[in-house]
Formats: sequence, structure tokens, C-alpha cells
Amino acid sequence: MQLMDSSHSNPMSLCSQADSQRTLYPYVTGTSVIGVKYKDGILMAADMGGSYGSTLRYKSVERMKPIGKHSLLGASGEISDFQEILHYLDELILYDNMWDDGNSLGPKEVHSYLTRVMYNRRNKFNPLWNSLVLGGVKNGQKYLGTVSMIGVHFEDNHVATGFGNHLARPILRDEWHEDLSFEDGVKLLEKCMRVLLYRDRSAVNKLQIAKITEEGVTISQPYSLKTFWGFSAFQNPTVGAEGSW
Amino acid sequence: MTKQQANWSPYDNNGGSCVAIAGADYCVIAADTRMSTGYNILTRDYSKICKLADKCVMASSGFQADVRALQKHLAARHLIYQHQHNKQMSCPAMAQLLSNTLYYKRFFPYYSFNVLGGLDNEGKGCVFTYDAVGSYEKVGYSSQGSGSTLIMPFLDNQLKSPSPLLLPALDAVTPLSEPEAVDLVKTVFASATERDIYTHTVHPFNTALSNFSLDVLQGDKLEIVILNASGIRREYMDLRKD
Repeated sequence: MQLMDSSHSNPMSLCSQADSQRTLYPYVTGTSVIGVKYKDGILMAADMGGSYGSTLRYKSVERMKPIGKHSLLGASGEISDFQEILHYLDELILYDNMWDDGNSLGPKEVHSYLTRVMYNRRNKFNPLWNSLVLGGVKNGQKYLGTVSMIGVHFEDNHVATGFGNHLARPILRDEWHEDLSFEDGVKLLEKCMRVLLYRDRSAVNKLQIAKITEEGVTISQPYSLKTFWGFSAFQNPTVGAEGSW
Repeated sequence: MTKQQANWSPYDNNGGSCVAIAGADYCVIAADTRMSTGYNILTRDYSKICKLADKCVMASSGFQADVRALQKHLAARHLIYQHQHNKQMSCPAMAQLLSNTLYYKRFFPYYSFNVLGGLDNEGKGCVFTYDAVGSYEKVGYSSQGSGSTLIMPFLDNQLKSPSPLLLPALDAVTPLSEPEAVDLVKTVFASATERDIYTHTVHPFNTALSNFSLDVLQGDKLEIVILNASGIRREYMDLRKD
């Protein structure tokens, strides 16, 4: 029975030459992804920024992609690792299609596969530096799950990655309810994305909203949110605070 | 120029507590349903309890990815055992397997704090308690996880077990009845919830609202599994949400 892990079989794995092959930190990153379940399926939102540290290097990165017939994957974190994951999933879906047996991998299966991939990479101390959101519908069953770079995974009615966990989840906990209409779902996601835009340094005002239902996946054209900066408190912010500037 | 160190940890603590109590002909295993990371709540509806065999249930808290991997591993080994022996694994057998599985990763441990509960071959309740690398012991009751320091003394007091240092070893299985043990578990979690921020469940609602389904009252819960001669039963209880 194959129970060996790699650190036993490969003594090189913890010394300097092999170290240059392991991920230490991310380079080009995407920020939050938010997903919610709604009446007909899943709605997901992500902006299109790819940051290189504090520089906003890429402004048209599609961080949500359809997977097979029944799933939608959104990713935050290292963009190149996301592209690697898409490559693995291409192969997974290809083999699934090659069976040609009328069956196809649903969102639960894809989520399980991704969990295993992320966990295994973590075990080898060479993680894929992403937080993934996987949503989909199959046979009327809606599914929304998430996996982190160390393999922590769960499913829920609403999920978010990165800053979305801090800023969007509380809004969703308060305002999400069963059977949201499409319009209400989009409004809710836009509300969360607007808060993220105001408060997340790496957010950009160019986003896409993706929808997956039994019929299939639709990813909107990129658009921007209206923002409001005319708060009176911003006009003379130090009024009333002696000695402040 | 010093070599760059990795700035990520392969471990995380996703919190929570578990408890198990063995009785003369039953076993109660319970855990909260909150999954957290640092000061954030990831989800309020996550089961830490896994049925490994007909008469053997495991509750684990700690690092969720490792807990899940461990559950999958044991479930797979159990399936093979069934194929090879044409019967279910007994609880003591699964206890040994869990210990060996944990020790196998002694130098990159499963960050999983486990409590195994079930019925032995005579139908008597048994509870096994573990550390992350596989040290284990058969006991009458145990708790693991973030609230265990609060829960364990309370159980020691209420279950008045004989000293584990006595020789010959006295059986610590409680004489309490099954409903009494279930009630004790609910009380124990209600107390732990007051003081441990990582163990949580929702405020109990008054009876007028109890007709509404639990889906509407989205909140952390306490999941209780009871194993006895008639089979397995699952109960939920709402505790504090904050």
C-alpha cells in the first residue's frame, strides 16, 4: 500500500538546490472573489486586477472561468498558479469527456479534486498560492465551495476569499437569504464589491459578475461601479480635532 | 544576503471542541459546528464528526484539511478491511488503526485532535482519546480542542470517575443513563461556549419559534451523535452565536 510521502523518498527535497523550485511568496496576485447562492444557481464576482506587489500591473485579468458544463471557478492569489490549475482542470475535463458515457463531473467533484490538489501541494511544501471559489449547479442541486492554499475547504451559501472574508461576509451574513432573485443577488454582490473597492488597497474598479445555472455559464462584460466620495466628513476631516492635520 | 525563509505555515487552527462520553450500553459523541481561522468565522455549519464504522464514530478538531485527510484515509482503510475480513471494524480495532496512522506522520503530523467513541464487541460504550501524534488511551470520557481545558475539569467533576492511577485499573464508564449523558453534554457545551471564543453555537430560541426549520436560523450548532444497540442517532442543539 502506497503510504510514503515525498520527504522520505527524496532527500534532496529539503536542501538548497530543490528550494529554488518551491513557492516562497506570490508575485502577481488577484484580490477577493465573492460567491453567493441564489434562486437559479450561483453568482460570483471578482475584479480584473493583477497586482505586482503594490503596482497595479495588469488590469484585464479574468479571474473567473467556466469548468466543464456545470462549474465556475474563481481564484484569488498568484495568477500564474491559477493558470496552472486551469491547465490541470482542462486535462481533468478532457478525460471526463473522453469517457463519453453521458456522465460529467459536477461542481462537488471538481471541488473535491481541487481540494486534493491544493492539499497535496501543501504537503510537499510547494503550495499553489491561491484561494479558490468553486460554484455550480447540477441536476438542480446548487453547490458553492472554497479551498485555500493549505487545503482548508468547506461549502456554504456564501463564500469569499482574502479581504472579502473580512468585509463582504458580514454583509452577506446579514442580507443573504434563500432564493435571492438574480437582480437582488447582483445588487448584493455589487454592494460587497463597492465596500471592497473603498477599503481594499489592491481592488480595482473594473469587475465582472459571473452566473452559473442549470443552463450554463455567463460571465458579464467588464464594468465599473459608481463610487461616492462627497462625504462631508472628507471635506474638512480635521475640523474639531485640535492639533490634527 | 540571508536565504529567504518561507512566510507561510502549512498548518492552521480551525478551532472547535469535541467531547465523548461512554455509558454502559451507549456512547455519546458531540462537537460544535463552527469553523474559524484566527478571529474570523469561515462557516457556522461544519461537521467535525465522522462515522468510521457502524459502531465507531470519530470527532476531531484542529486543522481542518488534515482532519478531512485523516477521515478519508481511515474510511478507505476501513473499506479495505471490510473487503478482506467480511465484517465491520470494531471500535478498539479502529482505535489502534487511528493511533498507527497518526504516528506514521510523526515528523509532519496531522494537526488533528481526536476523540473516538463507539461500542465494543460486547455493546459497552468505549471512548479513546488521542494527541496529534497517536498517543492514545481508553477512557470513560474525554474532550479535545480549544474548549477542552474548560470542559475536561467539568466532566471530571460531574462524572466522578475513579483515579486513572489506581491499580488494577477501574472502569471509568459512567453509570449515567443515556438521556442524562446527552443532557450533560449540552450543559458542558453551553458552559464552554460562554468562555471559549472558538467554540460556539447560537442562542436558544423560545419555543414559539422552534417550529421554524434550522435553515432559517442560520447559526452555529452543537452536533450530538448517540450510538447504542438500536443504531446511530444525530441531534442538533443551538448555542450562542457570538
